[in-house]
Amino acid sequence: MSARKISLTVNGQAVEAEVEARVNLADFVRQAIGLTGTHVGCEHGVCGACTIIVDGRPARACLMLAVQADGAEVETVESLGTPEALSELQQAFRDRHALQCGFCTPGMLMTIEALLRVEASPTREQVRDVLSGNLCRCTGYQAIVDAALDAAKARRGTR
Amino acid sequence: MKAPPFAYHDPRSRDDLIGLLAELENAKLLAGGQSLVPMLNFRVVAPDHLIDINRIPDLAGIRLSADDVVLGAMTRQCDLQASADLAASAPIIREALAHVGHFQTRSRGTIGGSCCHLDPAAELPALCALFDAEFDVAGPNGARVVKVGDWFKGYLESALEEREYLQSIRLRRWPAGHGYGFSEYARRRGDFAIAGAGALLEFAKDARIRRAAIVVFGVEPAPVRLAEAEQMLVGQTFSETLLAEAAAQASALDAMADVHVSAAYRRRLAGVVTRRALTEAVRLAREAV
Repeated sequence: MSARKISLTVNGQAVEAEVEARVNLADFVRQAIGLTGTHVGCEHGVCGACTIIVDGRPARACLMLAVQADGAEVETVESLGTPEALSELQQAFRDRHALQCGFCTPGMLMTIEALLRVEASPTREQVRDVLSGNLCRCTGYQAIVDAALDAAKARRGTR
Repeated sequence: MKAPPFAYHDPRSRDDLIGLLAELENAKLLAGGQSLVPMLNFRVVAPDHLIDINRIPDLAGIRLSADDVVLGAMTRQCDLQASADLAASAPIIREALAHVGHFQTRSRGTIGGSCCHLDPAAELPALCALFDAEFDVAGPNGARVVKVGDWFKGYLESALEEREYLQSIRLRRWPAGHGYGFSEYARRRGDFAIAGAGALLEFAKDARIRRAAIVVFGVEPAPVRLAEAEQMLVGQTFSETLLAEAAAQASALDAMADVHVSAAYRRRLAGVVTRRALTEAVRLAREAV
């Protein structure tokens, strides 16, 4: 009905695509670009599984239209590390056993990534506050908070 | 679910926006999208046209003058939260913003969007009531200013006409050293509150209350100022009994009932949060003296 040509950067790569106006950014990165690390849970901005970073800020990908990302810099969980070379944050999640089923994990990682960029030494309370926007039904959160604090420490040591 | 189809427009200037508002039928304005996009995804709204105002350059910003703070409608909640000027001149705003949605939604959500969507439990419209805000709106038939008392029409309903858009919100500043308190109760952090309250207090040199403003939100379909309680406080010196009497007026509001709580529980909570907000306002006002 209303397709548009957009160009944006996804994880540092230039992307050009034609997209229907009603397609949200989460579906766009999964289906048009094939980056299925971004998970789609509730599709109304409550669960946080689709959290990505847009122009440096954390955002619900299900609450943005892909056309709105025209000209934007988008970062998804695939930008963090690879299975062979995990980022400090991903390594901390592994070490702390901060995931079980893993469905919420991409959103958790991107939320904490966004936090650590603006707050290198967050308190436990700050981590808990930002993670209130990401639902996890398995872990009980304690290990996730531990992992975030470990990652902050590791990043302070190495950067 | 997925949004229904619509035609998408993203005007680059206010003039282009007004042209679209004049021309299009069944159009909806898209600000930060943190309420409208869920409503689209649930298909509770199905506009033929979506007008995205995110690319109009001069709709965001924070401007302070001696008497006022003017907030562009598209100012993001995270930018309001980060503003040192705002924190210095109206510190209750930063206090309240910690309760607005989540870290991940405040980076998109705007003050104008919140004030036009008008969820009864939203913090930002309540702050507008507290600061005697004026809403600067415009459309094909020109611009007009709506006082906050006329802005709240009812549940999810503002005074914004179908072909108008909100340009900015003007808040009246309070003098330096005023006391402020904000309190809300939600079952989960970041959820809409079951009840919340904000209070501003200014004390005279003789320790009497010179001016008071109290707002309660999440209780009636729109935020309410407790005008009688405010009048009762003015000219008095602080006492626990006085605060209890003021808070009692919040418990007399015509509270809503919903699937979560009964009207009686909400009324009771309204009194509790009002008392907490006032207590904090008194403490901070005294600290500032």
